[in-house]
Amino acid sequence: MSEEVVFDTQGIVKKFMFVNRKAPYGTIYALEILESVLISAAFEQDTSVAFLDDGVFQIKKGSDTKDSGMKNFTNTYRALAGYDVEKLYVEKESLEARGLTPEDLIVKVQVLPAAELGKLMAEQDVLITG
Amino acid sequence: MMHTVNKSPFERNALDSCLRLAEKGSAILLLEDGVYAALKGTAQSAKVEAALKSHEIYALGPDLKARGLEEARLIAGIKVVDYGGFVDLAVEKGTVNSWL
Repeated sequence: MSEEVVFDTQGIVKKFMFVNRKAPYGTIYALEILESVLISAAFEQDTSVAFLDDGVFQIKKGSDTKDSGMKNFTNTYRALAGYDVEKLYVEKESLEARGLTPEDLIVKVQVLPAAELGKLMAEQDVLITG
Repeated sequence: MMHTVNKSPFERNALDSCLRLAEKGSAILLLEDGVYAALKGTAQSAKVEAALKSHEIYALGPDLKARGLEEARLIAGIKVVDYGGFVDLAVEKGTVNSWL
């Protein structure tokens, strides 16, 4: 029962892409994926994060959850750079469909058309989606 | 790569997004409520028929059966697989991309 489990992950680095397709606050998906991103970064994996469909709303500037009583996790995306998570991608079509521009986002991202993002997805070892 | 879609195309955009980003030649498995996309003669059929030109499309048999969807009503070219077939595809196609 008390046997210690040792994870020997030294030197194993995989390409992880976290794919956000849901708006924040309405469901738990966005927060759960964000926590997984931080775990992946703590294990020094090759981590990237993509935002498409309603997922682009996760990084909309100006979130204030005070009146709703919810924990605000929007600012956590700004901390990702501190964990060396610097590959953030937004699908162009999704952003435009929602009337947003990169200036509306709280983090610096690379805006990619669907085909290019799809190509990046195909290059990953692991996709964590929600 | 294998894409899985488990949402009805009549209610959600998971299939649309999958088709927008999926690379040519990648496999698509419809499961759970995603199997409704396999039906012919629906408002969603045309896009699935078009996708068959650049993707292998599979539907999970047990999920079709649970919903009363007979194989005769499926779009021609969609292959029905069982759970074992699902596992084989996951092994054969590499990374799985779940459109939730």
